[in-house]
Amino acid sequence: MQLTSSSIGRKILMAITGQAMVLFAVVHLLGNSSIFGWLNGGINAYAEHLHSMPLPIIIGFRLALLAIVCVHIWFGIQLTIENRGGRPQQYAVKSTQKATFASENMIWTGSLIALFLIYHLAHFTFQVISPETAALKNLVPLHNEMVPNVLGMVVAGFKNFFVSFIYAGAMVALFLHLSHGIQSFFQTMGWSCDKSQPLLVKFGTLVALGLFLGYVTIPLTIFAGILKG
Amino acid sequence: MSDHKTMTLTLIVWRQKNANDPGKFETYTAKNITEHHSFLEMLDCVNEDLIHAGKDPIVFDHDCREGICGMCSQVINGAPHGGQDRTTVCQLHMRKFKDGDTIYIEPWRARAFPIVRDLIVDRSALDKIIQAGGYTSCHTGGVADGNAILIPKPVADEAMDAAECVGCGACVAGCPNGAAMLFTSAKVSQLAILPQGKGEAATRVKNMTNAMTECGFGNCTNHYECMAACPKGINVKFIARMNREFLKAQFA
Amino acid sequence: MILDGKCPTGPIEQTWDKHRFDLKLVNPANKRKYNVIVVGTGLAGGAAAASLGELGYNVQAFCYQDSPRRAHSIAAQGGINAAKNYPNDGDSIYRLFYDTIKGGDFRAREADVWRLAQVSNNIIDQCVAQGVPFGRDYAGYLDNRSFGGAQVSRTFFARGQTGQQLLLGAYSALSRQIKLGSVKMYDRREMLDLVVVDGVARGITVRNLVTGEMESYAADAVCLATGGYVNVFYLSTNAMGCSVTANWKAHKKGAFFANPCYTQIHPTCIPQAGDYQSKLTLMSESLRNDGRVWVPKKKEDCGKHPGDIAEDDRDYYLERKYPSYGNLAPRDIASRAAKEQCDDGRGVGPGGRGVYLDFGDSIKRLGADTIKERYGNLFEMYEKITDEDGYKRPMRMYPAPHYSMGGLWVDYNLMSNIPGLFVLGEANFSVHGANRLGASALMQGLADGYFVIPYTIGGYLATVKPGQVKTDHPEFKKCEEDVKAEQNKMLGINGKKTVFEFMREVGGLMWENCGMARTKESLEINLKKIPALREEFWKNVKVTGSGSELNQQLENAGRTADFLEFSELMCRDALHRNESCGGHFRSEYQDAGEAQRDDVNFCYVGAWEYKGVGKEPELHKEPLKFDNVHLAVRSYK
Repeated sequence: MQLTSSSIGRKILMAITGQAMVLFAVVHLLGNSSIFGWLNGGINAYAEHLHSMPLPIIIGFRLALLAIVCVHIWFGIQLTIENRGGRPQQYAVKSTQKATFASENMIWTGSLIALFLIYHLAHFTFQVISPETAALKNLVPLHNEMVPNVLGMVVAGFKNFFVSFIYAGAMVALFLHLSHGIQSFFQTMGWSCDKSQPLLVKFGTLVALGLFLGYVTIPLTIFAGILKG
Repeated sequence: MSDHKTMTLTLIVWRQKNANDPGKFETYTAKNITEHHSFLEMLDCVNEDLIHAGKDPIVFDHDCREGICGMCSQVINGAPHGGQDRTTVCQLHMRKFKDGDTIYIEPWRARAFPIVRDLIVDRSALDKIIQAGGYTSCHTGGVADGNAILIPKPVADEAMDAAECVGCGACVAGCPNGAAMLFTSAKVSQLAILPQGKGEAATRVKNMTNAMTECGFGNCTNHYECMAACPKGINVKFIARMNREFLKAQFA
Repeated sequence: MILDGKCPTGPIEQTWDKHRFDLKLVNPANKRKYNVIVVGTGLAGGAAAASLGELGYNVQAFCYQDSPRRAHSIAAQGGINAAKNYPNDGDSIYRLFYDTIKGGDFRAREADVWRLAQVSNNIIDQCVAQGVPFGRDYAGYLDNRSFGGAQVSRTFFARGQTGQQLLLGAYSALSRQIKLGSVKMYDRREMLDLVVVDGVARGITVRNLVTGEMESYAADAVCLATGGYVNVFYLSTNAMGCSVTANWKAHKKGAFFANPCYTQIHPTCIPQAGDYQSKLTLMSESLRNDGRVWVPKKKEDCGKHPGDIAEDDRDYYLERKYPSYGNLAPRDIASRAAKEQCDDGRGVGPGGRGVYLDFGDSIKRLGADTIKERYGNLFEMYEKITDEDGYKRPMRMYPAPHYSMGGLWVDYNLMSNIPGLFVLGEANFSVHGANRLGASALMQGLADGYFVIPYTIGGYLATVKPGQVKTDHPEFKKCEEDVKAEQNKMLGINGKKTVFEFMREVGGLMWENCGMARTKESLEINLKKIPALREEFWKNVKVTGSGSELNQQLENAGRTADFLEFSELMCRDALHRNESCGGHFRSEYQDAGEAQRDDVNFCYVGAWEYKGVGKEPELHKEPLKFDNVHLAVRSYK
């Protein structure tokens, strides 16, 4: 297999892992949107539902995600370094016809997302950023059970301007990254032709925009005081 | 026909004695240029002045001067071949410029294309990619009648779209990564579309993409600058097709 | 001396098959012991190098460009002929043979032309196998068009880029052999001398165009596939690097130059726009299939917008003069007719040197979409160069030098009079006689490269011992030194005129006095002026830089120096041939505008032997016999 060594092979790995993360982001958003109350018990019920899955599944899923993230980051950095070397000397006049800000800054938007991911995990998964509001320590009743108060943790977090700002900023990075990344997936997998290609560009941007709006709504509504704990 | 108007232009040209020389920009003035001059004819005029002044003329690759041989290779104001749609430098005419314009002229810049002198680069890497598999392994003589294989017009046309590549390397020059994906994919696609080439499709795409990497070309990040730079309008759909062929080859 | 083309005898249909059988073979195990040099990588050279490498010979191939894929064969637009008779319209090998002999105005060898027609079919098959995307119909069958005055549809095409696709086919075959190691490719090398030892071609001297170094290569046979010489007119449709240099150096080493006065002027090229112009651009002859050629009937209309000239005031002169062929009259005839109209003061565009090629009627009949489908890329090209829209306003056309039928003399085996020196494609004189038919150049190049030289070179090599002379032979050193001395001389003159200025001047003289129409007087003017110009060149040329670096001026200076010698030979040949035939039109020999051939006195190939710069060359004749096609006046009325 040339997948891990060749130019296109590594691109395909980037595309598949990237796309897997896009799917994760979609599902994650759907789950998170339970904060708006469409699920009986809201986000706390959703979180409880996830946590009540058998441990091996949770660990397996997390390891798989970790592996996907690592592959994506590893090859992303490797390919970027190689690509910087592809044209060692830049032109005196920069003139781009088709490349976009998003396509040219994938490594930076990607890095921002990675940094954010660490923060995000520390904040909501490991709950070490503000221990006093940690959901694991503040249990609330739900359907006759005491469950971690995820809602309280989220709301407390996003009441803080800086936290909301970081989240919103990260979502801008995510939007940029995906607006190039999603259409790129189809091109790299070869699932594209001259007619579909411009449509896929639009589709990718649309999905990215949907994710951006979806994700950014949560801190926005909380910070604006529309969504209350 | 308005032959009386002439232009004066400032040229900022990359001069480099040889591969080891660091090179630098020099400024020249092009005088008495009409709108009917081709870009290369404008440079010819500048060179004639330089020779008369006892200086070394600007060295650039060119041959057919009708947009088909793929020899000419200049980046003008940051755009390979000057940025006019489907046009090589030799077919670019001065009517696209205005009196008093300042024009930057640079060679193709890519790791895989070392500079030979001034605006001339070494593009033998493109030949190496073709040598790695850009052919059908038929022998001279002993082949079937041309009509023995039926190729419906849409298929033949699609192959021809890919086959139009002139191998100038503008795609590499335009690519921020110095990748040769469009060039390689055009040949891979042409031969993957045609029945004659299908037999070797898997080994071809593997060998040619390997050669691409060995020659020092970068990787594709789907900016599509290559397509914008291509004087023959080769579409990036062929890159998608090559990616597809590559994936297929992994399971062949 | 009476030259012998060594053509096989007997019924013409069997000549090539019989000859192939009679040729000696080289044992497969011995082939790798033979070195073969191929200079030029166009259709003929590329195909030859690939095919010879595949047979097992050790091939060294050379080109002056940065890649073998760039040879000027790439610029051929229209198509390639073959006698496949796919359209069932009456074509046959015999008809292609007949048309080529007649089209060449009975100045080509029958046997060579027969062979060309015979192998034409193999070429198409070969190219298809290589993946050349020829035009096809919806069912998948190969499509044909009628081209360049042929009354059958025998032309195969790949959009308007047939030459490109065929060349890339040959290039791919060559690339395969390079990878396999049977061909060693040397690019950016220009051949500057032929090394002849004891009367036998043994190698070449080349200049490495990047480093400026002289390099010697030895071989058991040398194949020149170095193209034509119409850049002698300075402005032509040839690439800037096309020159007579390789041929001329071989000529100076003893190879006879045959029929140099036969040059083809292509009728449909974009007219010259100014003095600075560096080349002329050809528009495929296929345009004449749907375009109608005309000029205004009245001189005063010439300045008007063509749309304002009434139908009755237009002179469709080709349709008027040649009713049966109309706009599809052969190239030489169409070119001269255009010149006549312009000489008559009815030309259009800058300087009155242009005629209209009008698609108005075809667009009405077929729709703009069909025209775009057929010729879209040509219309685009026209607009890029002229800034005019050919769909809305008739294109302006004027004839331009395009192809040279003359070239180094070769026998039926494509071997020149120097043993071991083979000449292929446009570089030789063999099959087109005095005029080449459209879509036949690609056919000849590939025929020579794929299907002739692989057999005939074996016939020669089987008779010689391999590796007799190596590059340590003193003759190689001498050749290198001679070339270096000549270059140093050019570099040392430091005169006042640039190489371009000289080339423009000699080209102007040739176009004016030895172009589409020639007279005794005009040729004699050239025979005075050219030697004077040559003398001035060697006193007053300015070449800056040095010989030990990439120096394009030095390259051009060498080519110009050779053109300055060659042009004189061309004029001499034109002057000696007191007749008009094909591309050679002597105004004295005409019958109401039609070429008047003199079969009694000039039915021969005129091959010239070099005797020294400025010295009168010696003419050798190879009589032409026509046993199958009867000598007749070529009429397209």
